[in-house]
Amino acid sequence: MAEITLVEAVRLALARAMEEDESVLVLGEDVGVDGGVFRATDGLIRRFGPDRVRDTPLAEAVIAGVSVGLAVQGFRPVAEIQFMGFIYPTMDQMVNHAARFRNRTRGRLTCPMVLRAPYGGGIHAPEHHSESNEAMFAHMPGLRVVIPSSPARAYGLMLAAVRDPDPVVFLEPKRIYRAIKEEVADDGSEQPLDTCFVLREGTDVTLVTWGAMSVETLAAAEALAETEISAEVIDVATLKPLDMATILASVEKTGRCVIVHEAALTGGFGGEIAARLAEHGLMSLLAPVQRVTGHDIVMPLPRLEDQYMPGTDRVVAAARRAVEFA
Amino acid sequence: MAVASEAGGRSKSAGGRKRKASSAKPKATREELLHFYEQMLRIRRFEEKAGQLYGMGLIGGFCHLYIGQEAVVVGMQSVLEPQDTIITTYRDHGHMIACDMDPKGVMAELTGRIGGYSKGKGGSMHMFSKEKNFYGGHGIVGANVSLGTGLGFAHKYKEDGGVCLTYFGDGAANQGQVYESFNMAALWKLPVIYIIENNKYGMGTAVKRASATTDLYQRGAAHGIPGRHVDGMDVLAVREAGRKAVDSARAGDGPVILEMETYRYRGHSMSDPAKYRSKEEVSKMRQEHDPIDHLKQQLLEQKHIDEAGLKEIDKEIKAVVNEAAEFAQNSPEPDPSELYTDVLVEA
Ligand SMILES: Cc1ncc(C[n+]2csc(CCOP(=O)(O)OP(=O)(O)O)c2C)c(N)n1
Ligand SMILES: [Mg+2]
Repeated sequence: MAEITLVEAVRLALARAMEEDESVLVLGEDVGVDGGVFRATDGLIRRFGPDRVRDTPLAEAVIAGVSVGLAVQGFRPVAEIQFMGFIYPTMDQMVNHAARFRNRTRGRLTCPMVLRAPYGGGIHAPEHHSESNEAMFAHMPGLRVVIPSSPARAYGLMLAAVRDPDPVVFLEPKRIYRAIKEEVADDGSEQPLDTCFVLREGTDVTLVTWGAMSVETLAAAEALAETEISAEVIDVATLKPLDMATILASVEKTGRCVIVHEAALTGGFGGEIAARLAEHGLMSLLAPVQRVTGHDIVMPLPRLEDQYMPGTDRVVAAARRAVEFA
Repeated sequence: MAVASEAGGRSKSAGGRKRKASSAKPKATREELLHFYEQMLRIRRFEEKAGQLYGMGLIGGFCHLYIGQEAVVVGMQSVLEPQDTIITTYRDHGHMIACDMDPKGVMAELTGRIGGYSKGKGGSMHMFSKEKNFYGGHGIVGANVSLGTGLGFAHKYKEDGGVCLTYFGDGAANQGQVYESFNMAALWKLPVIYIIENNKYGMGTAVKRASATTDLYQRGAAHGIPGRHVDGMDVLAVREAGRKAVDSARAGDGPVILEMETYRYRGHSMSDPAKYRSKEEVSKMRQEHDPIDHLKQQLLEQKHIDEAGLKEIDKEIKAVVNEAAEFAQNSPEPDPSELYTDVLVEA
């Protein structure tokens, strides 16, 4: 078994999916000859040919719309948007069409497509190359929103996303595209699209996160352990539909919760988790839910970026506050 | 490369016209030629320096150099009046230098310093100058075409006699909103010049692999927008085509499309493995079509200046660029409190 990075795991899963199902097509700007801006599709065109791996013109709205058209005919398109900041023109198609075919046709037509995009900051890129707007998609009924946090998770979740009968928005944390290496078996086994994963068990506080922030959150748990605070870390992985049972079970045990995401605070997905804790877990809570997030500002370049990104220190401090509260 | 050919026109059909080279050489005075030379060289030296600073790790974000395309922006700038507006993409340093923005402020923005045009928070793609009527630097490919159409609408509404130059690339020319813009601009006869800088590639994708028809100057034909194909490596050809286009838009005849055939020598951005073209192709363009060399040859042949004079110009430009680089490295980094400013108006 080889040790691979997250971006390599995405590629491995795409190749596997294309190998096992001829209806899987890959399309997007520069995904073919160039192999994608982050090389996520590198080599696929050589292996599967330009019919199945398509360099499209520069036209995001149509990339999404064409994918919907293909998908309702039984294809399984995997479309790449180069950066999440370019995803907005696709929202019309994703929200008004991809997300609603099943509903409008009362299940007679489905839309088994994947819209992939690298997302998130911390790579010293300008604003629209750094944003994390997962909550905008999670808000829309009819879409799954999936965010892997490690190579193995990326492989398993991507395979599940391609095989899923409904549209999946698959957001890849580009800051850790190459930061972590892990052994990943290319055995075609998928990971569930409706489950939060417990990355580390603990008893005093639950740290809930997803994507690249899992790195800082795990580091925070490590630091907290040195001061005798035992933190449980949950990787949400699939934001929609949300596996609240796993989060509630954890908070029942710890009584405290810190939610960590790099997207802006207001309207961020952390708010949804906090609201559900208030609705269904109030009696378990010993302390107010804490959120450690990005600020309600435009992502700044490049010298202030470190100030924007929630760091391990802020996670540790929030967990301490929760523990000291009660 | 052909000098200019025409397409469209309100009464004529545009389809299927062949490009034809015009034989008459546009004329220019010694002063004009020297000015163009100086302007183009200034952009090139600025970009070379920016490339160096990027290599030294001093520039964050992305950095898209304009080297090779200088004649386009310099030729177009020469036909403008003070009230005219300019808007372009992320490959914008040349446009800013051409419209006389301070190289210090541009370079300091690249290095993310407080002395930059956007206080170091915008970077290479996002700079603006209200005084110079430069409306950005925009990173979303194709989106600035709608914005430029709006700038043109404002000129028309205010009756200020202004024209908006809206620059975009061959790749951008395939975005849907470009055509929505064309239709609106033609319908309302907006004074907009759509300048397609066809440098043969959109990132790693050659024009012919992305565009069903590659004569991009004909892209407005369905809306009756006249289009011209221009040798974008020849500053005088650009000026000639630019003058006609601007005059007609200013006179109230509506938008014009100018397809500038040009070439970028460097990668798409500073991190570009360039698997999509050969080294030979690039060096052939540099050797045979370089806009600066071409003008230099003319200047020398016509005895407007000698080698020593040219050296002197280069020396002066290098001094300006070095000063900009110094400034960009010494200007302070923005204070963390800057994080929270300029999101909404402050109470
Ligand atoms: C909406 C959008 N999609 C994709 C990108 C990524 N991207 C940046 S530049 C570029 C190529 C644009 O090519 P072209 O319009 O020819 O301009 P050039 O870079 O050649 O000047 C791409 C795909 C982007 N910035 N915005
Ligand atoms: Mg181009």
